[in-house]
Amino acid sequence: MEYYLGLFVRAIFIENMALSVFLGMCTFLAVSKKVSAAIGLGIAVVVVLTITVPVNNLIYNYLLADGALAWAGLPDVDLSFLGLLSYIGVIAALVQILEMFLDKYVPALYNALGVFLPLITVNCAILGASLLMVERDYNFGESVVFGAGAGVGWALAIVALAGIREKLKYSDVPDGLQGLGITFITVGLMSLGFMALGGIDL
Amino acid sequence: MALRKWLDGVEHHFQDGGRYQSFYPLFEAVDTIFYKPSSVTRSTAHVRDGVDLKRIMITVWLAAFPAMFYGMYNLGFQANEILAVTGGSVDGWRGSLIAAFGGNDSGNIWHNMWFGALYFVPIYLVTFVVGGFWEVLFAVKRGHEINEGFFVTSILFALVCPPDLPLWQAALGISFGIVIGKEVFGGTGKNFLNPALTGRAFLYFAYPAQLSGDAVWTAVDGYSGATPLGLVASEGMTALQAQYTWMDSFIGAIPGSIGETSTLMVMIGGAILLLTKVASWRVVAGVFLGMFVFSSFLNLVGSDSNPAFSMPWYWHMVVGGFAFGMFFMATDPVSAAMTNRGRWAYGFLIGLMTVLIRVINPAFPEGIMLAILFANLFAPLFDHFAVQANIKRRLARVQ
Repeated sequence: MEYYLGLFVRAIFIENMALSVFLGMCTFLAVSKKVSAAIGLGIAVVVVLTITVPVNNLIYNYLLADGALAWAGLPDVDLSFLGLLSYIGVIAALVQILEMFLDKYVPALYNALGVFLPLITVNCAILGASLLMVERDYNFGESVVFGAGAGVGWALAIVALAGIREKLKYSDVPDGLQGLGITFITVGLMSLGFMALGGIDL
Repeated sequence: MALRKWLDGVEHHFQDGGRYQSFYPLFEAVDTIFYKPSSVTRSTAHVRDGVDLKRIMITVWLAAFPAMFYGMYNLGFQANEILAVTGGSVDGWRGSLIAAFGGNDSGNIWHNMWFGALYFVPIYLVTFVVGGFWEVLFAVKRGHEINEGFFVTSILFALVCPPDLPLWQAALGISFGIVIGKEVFGGTGKNFLNPALTGRAFLYFAYPAQLSGDAVWTAVDGYSGATPLGLVASEGMTALQAQYTWMDSFIGAIPGSIGETSTLMVMIGGAILLLTKVASWRVVAGVFLGMFVFSSFLNLVGSDSNPAFSMPWYWHMVVGGFAFGMFFMATDPVSAAMTNRGRWAYGFLIGLMTVLIRVINPAFPEGIMLAILFANLFAPLFDHFAVQANIKRRLARVQ
């Protein structure tokens, strides 16, 4: 139990997808103008990550990994070269389902997210989490915790960034830095703040 | 009055169309240091209180003085104590100045003061000159007034520096803090991180060899000992109590950053800030409460592998610059939360994170500085939710 808690905290703060690993930057920068939209997107990412990482874990462990097909009588087959393709497929399918679900039941959020919901498919944080999961040899339980933690960490970061950007509306940024420029600096300073937890061994 | 005449005499050079028109902020700064501005409100009165930005900042600046003077004394005291044991002496220009005007007797207040001043004053001077340069440059370029907030930033930055900080690092740190932490966002009141802490954190991560780790900071070269927090983390509370008493730590007779060792002196400054309402008591109370609750929780939980779990709250309060962070850094009105409920949450987060960083990661002897920076990131969010809750409540009342 303590181990899973450690893994969860690690995924949220220390290896924060957005601020330590710098994954998912495009959506991170684009949808962080308003707190409400950021919360919506954050929740969507948490949901997608919590589902896709374990699903990809099952696919990898029972279909793709070296010798994973032993249960089908094919112990010598190594399909891990199909990994990238399969993970993206799983993510795309899940995002489609999520999109249809939101369109039907939460239209307000669906409209707020707009084009960024389909873009979750190509959000590198999602694919990155699956690839990291494979690289670190997580088992099923670990992959659930890691997926949820990575999602919560990314959501936390984007909501905090949206809060800061709402506050920065009142600031007086030099012309050359308006817009994305100042946002990059803001994100850099945020990751400085998150480094406080770096080097923590859980 | 000659000064007034002279200032009036040169004023036209600085006004529109004058020779030095772009340097008006400099003239204005000098003028308002000596005299009250002559401009008065012409339309409907709106001033509710005589406390303006200038007075707030000067109050904070003065409130840091007890900690600063005690810090200089303590810096000299600690170094002289060590020198008495090792028999060494200080080299270079500092050594000759110490020999000329003071000495290395740790029982002598003047000797300690002079020793400390020789280390602190250069750091502060460099901080002030370099930071001031950026401040003036941006003010002149923007046509703003030069802001007194810089007095606060510079002294807070200098006080959280280790005594043996190389001067070029001080210059680099304050430059980063002022330019990237504040000026790119538009200057005083527009930033979202505390500029002094931004500079300090920059130094932390840029030069970790000198600025983090569990070795103690003194002005003596080549001396190494463990910080109070490092001691607790490696050997537990009994080792800490064997080396420092609680009273020593409270008064500040322990090695550490220049201005943070003395909880007592910081509390005197903090009381001034709270009584004049410059600092928000809610933030201070929140920080204390967060630290108290989380450290007590860890005491209860206990741990076999990490002795720092057993550190009680009254020890947390007197080591590692906790009081300095709580009274001076966390209460920065710009980077803290601005709604009352937000302030509680913001303070609580700082207290909690401080204990967390200390317990889990003793390599950052001043975890509270990083905890405040971390909480600064979430302060706008706390405000956002506090405002949303207010709107919701009032809407419900209308309907």
